[in-house]
Amino acid sequence: MTNQDALPITVRGVTKTYGDVFALDDVSLDVKSGEFLTLLGPSGSGKTTLLMVLAGFTRPDRGSLKFGTDEVIRKPPHLRDVGMVFQNYALFPHMTVAGNVGYPLRLRKVAKAEIAERVERALETVQLGGYGDRRIDQLSGGQKQRVALARSIVFEPRILLMDEPLSALDKKLRDRMQIELRHLHEKLGMTTVYVTHDQREALTMSDRIAVVNFGRIMQLATPQELYEQPENKFVADFIGDSAFLDVTRSGDTLTAAGTALRTSRAIPDAPDLALMMRPERLHLVSDKPGKDKNVFDATVTELVYQGESYLLYAQLGDGTEVAVRGAMRAGTYTGLPQPGGTVKLGLDAADTVLIAHEG
Amino acid sequence: MTATDMNAEGLRRDEQLERLRLFGLASPALLLVLVILVIPVGWLFYVSFIGADGTFSMENYERMLKRKSYARIFRTTFEVSLLTTGLCILIGYPLAYFMSQLPTRWANLCLITVLLPFWTSLLVRTYAWLVLLQKRGLVNDWAISLGLWDEPLKLVHNLNGTLIGMVHIMLPFLILPVYGAMRAIDRDYLKAAANLGASPRRAFWTVFFPLSTPGLFAGALMVFVLSLGFFVTPAVLGGGKVIMVSMKIVSNIELFVNWGAASALGVVLLVLTIGVLWIASRFLNFEQMTGGGHG
Repeated sequence: MTNQDALPITVRGVTKTYGDVFALDDVSLDVKSGEFLTLLGPSGSGKTTLLMVLAGFTRPDRGSLKFGTDEVIRKPPHLRDVGMVFQNYALFPHMTVAGNVGYPLRLRKVAKAEIAERVERALETVQLGGYGDRRIDQLSGGQKQRVALARSIVFEPRILLMDEPLSALDKKLRDRMQIELRHLHEKLGMTTVYVTHDQREALTMSDRIAVVNFGRIMQLATPQELYEQPENKFVADFIGDSAFLDVTRSGDTLTAAGTALRTSRAIPDAPDLALMMRPERLHLVSDKPGKDKNVFDATVTELVYQGESYLLYAQLGDGTEVAVRGAMRAGTYTGLPQPGGTVKLGLDAADTVLIAHEG
Repeated sequence: MTATDMNAEGLRRDEQLERLRLFGLASPALLLVLVILVIPVGWLFYVSFIGADGTFSMENYERMLKRKSYARIFRTTFEVSLLTTGLCILIGYPLAYFMSQLPTRWANLCLITVLLPFWTSLLVRTYAWLVLLQKRGLVNDWAISLGLWDEPLKLVHNLNGTLIGMVHIMLPFLILPVYGAMRAIDRDYLKAAANLGASPRRAFWTVFFPLSTPGLFAGALMVFVLSLGFFVTPAVLGGGKVIMVSMKIVSNIELFVNWGAASALGVVLLVLTIGVLWIASRFLNFEQMTGGGHG
């Protein structure tokens, strides 16, 4: 469902430097109307700076920013009419829950009765109906998060920004809130820009993900595309726990760690290639593997029991350390090779992803 | 002895012993409080009920009620204290706000300049004002040569001088708690206010100011209570025209050697001060002021 009122965001050539450091380096980005887009990157990558530019708290050196067709790059934050959820929630401690949620409505001179009604509706939306009279310090972390969310949507902004809103919650609550935020977005349909450093969160929630590093967007794609076909080594490395093998190319033959590679994927047009090996795509194979597999000989270095799965570390012939993750069933663990033993690792041709090796 | 009682007796004894040791450690401090606070104040109360003939009497308090001059003195004391507090807020709050917006390094520098007068003797500072403010003093000379006013103004030996001196001395007591409260305000609150549609002015009045009030109340209360008992500055700069309670106490002792009357004044001032604090505590949250914060 897309909201008729949701606005697309157009970022063009936005640059922000702090001294010699580029926090944002000529960033251009289109966020579609009603889309849930996540800015994903390590700390210091520039993802938060970009969000602060969208909210109006950071003034870039140059560039253009449009909400719909309006140029807003020089508009002060209080006139931008975007909702924002802060990392630490920034709930006003001297106001009640209802005081906080009603704050943007009071600023907009909404009638008192209507404020009360809209505040209660917003609180119900985040499943906190009847909490209006509570003080902020009486709320748990998860409840604060919901109040912050209610406050940012109560004035029906057409764009919603979120700065790592779940990072302070414990894992179980975080998992549940991810799904809830996703549902809320489907219901309200605001154009949403979400910042996180948590790749799983990004994969779970987003329509599209922009991976940010060094103040640049490294790749902008759907979660599936990003995971299955990363465009560069940074993205491949940042998303998932990949190991990389150097690939030698002679004519049409590609070789990695002594194995001639078969792949059903596109091969990037680059002089140097690397083979991306994700732990869950590698598996232990018997002596007579099928045709569509690449097989590598390896020595087990460590075996870790992780409950729902096992993690087996092994060293390939060329010295590269790779990890293999496998699902656990009764008896699986005891049947696994022990450290020091040799194994054959299989990688399906369909999972054989080659990445351009830059730098 | 059952398994659930394991060591219960011994652990209970340890607990008692620990409490006893803590009390032992605190006892020198408790003794000190007794010697320098409880006993003198008790003595003060006692003496205030001793009449001129050396027997128990209420005459010291009766005199205060009968003579109009006493009522005037108390009124002056409260007026001067209120004015000092008000002026300190008017000057100190904006200054503290300015400091709280500076980068920490510059703010610390400002803080040192605010605190600098603290390290100079109160008497020296008061006499310095006397020199500056007198009829042919620096302030009048410069103001006249700059054309700010034509005749030398009466800046000292009256209420003006008293207030100038007291505000100068009390200002740090206001600035410090206000500045502390302001520094503790998360900048994200103001960002959130702006994001929700508040202009900088609205954000200040609806978010920043309310969050700074615990510091403001603490500072104002401190200035007011300290002003109530102030002596040196009004005595030197007031020129005998601004008589506060503390000065009456001194004259009772030095001029009339009437310890009973002086003690009674002291008791009334103490009771009034406690009254002010008590009223303040009914309206304000002391826990918040003393840094309990706004968790």
